[in-house]
Amino acid sequence: MKNWPLWEVFIRSKQGLNHIHAGSLHAADAEMAIENARDVYTRRNEGISIWVVESKYIHASNPEDQGAFFDPANNKVYRHPTFYELPEQLKHM
Amino acid sequence: MTKQEALLKYVLRLADNVSILGHRLGEWCGHGPVLEQDIAMTNIALDCIGQARNYYQYASKIEGIDKTEDDYAYLRDPLDYYNLLIVEQPNKDFAYTIVRQYFFDVFHFLFLQKLSDSKDKQLAAIAEKAIKEVTYHCKWSGDWVLRLGDGTDTSHEKMQHAIDILWTYTGEMFLMDEVDEILLKEKIGVDLIGLRQEWLKIVSEHFKEATLTLPETTWSQKGGKQGYHSEHLGYILADMQYLPRTYPGSIW
Repeated sequence: MKNWPLWEVFIRSKQGLNHIHAGSLHAADAEMAIENARDVYTRRNEGISIWVVESKYIHASNPEDQGAFFDPANNKVYRHPTFYELPEQLKHM
Repeated sequence: MTKQEALLKYVLRLADNVSILGHRLGEWCGHGPVLEQDIAMTNIALDCIGQARNYYQYASKIEGIDKTEDDYAYLRDPLDYYNLLIVEQPNKDFAYTIVRQYFFDVFHFLFLQKLSDSKDKQLAAIAEKAIKEVTYHCKWSGDWVLRLGDGTDTSHEKMQHAIDILWTYTGEMFLMDEVDEILLKEKIGVDLIGLRQEWLKIVSEHFKEATLTLPETTWSQKGGKQGYHSEHLGYILADMQYLPRTYPGSIW
């Protein structure tokens, strides 16, 4: 059981929302990973859908690239829709 | 035996089954082979204890006296416990725990399916609620039977060993006594003998897939439903009842 691969778990809490990363766990195969995720992350009614993916298939950005990747977004207010009047019905902007 | 007396005993049997099995599974807490399975087993334990609470509350209603679920769980001696012998058997190892769980889960599922048609509305409602949980229990233990049975040489050997020992405790699940007969006639209880074929079919097909062998012996241990238990129940109750008996009425 020590050789079980690591899996990343994504849970969707409600219809219409995105799957959100909940954490990671060990399992021998995908089916066991989903069952384990059910037991570890949805015991208190947190979800209606589960995705799992082996951690080795996740590609991540490099922390050293942080400056080049993310800083330029800081000082460009016009990239945010703050200059529009938003209708009140719009909740998730 | 009146219908009322039979019903009380029937409900206590159902309650004690899940209460004792829940306690056994709870013993894995902090000792599971991996963290994820530790949580899975304690999850199932909590399902069982939740079901036991429903039955104990109903038992108190049947008796019509001011007894709480705790009184039933903590203040009865082994002779007044009516669970099946299989659920009190010790955890031993993971294979043993899985086989015990699988044998009981398949029975439990088939039983609750029938009980949800009971003329007793309360029992039917409890069964209907429990069946969702037990569907998952069946899947969990069934998947492990496959994985370990058709796994490595060691896991296969441990599973087969557990099956050979626990097999003699499966017959009791399908034995009818006076209590069962009275309630079957009233269309409240379940025809246990009728469940046996279906149980055997499911279990033997699953075992075949898992490359495991069903023992041929038909001799069976019995007595738990009447209050005659293996030595293990005494230890479970000592563990479970120590605190409320030493410090009566203590709360937190």
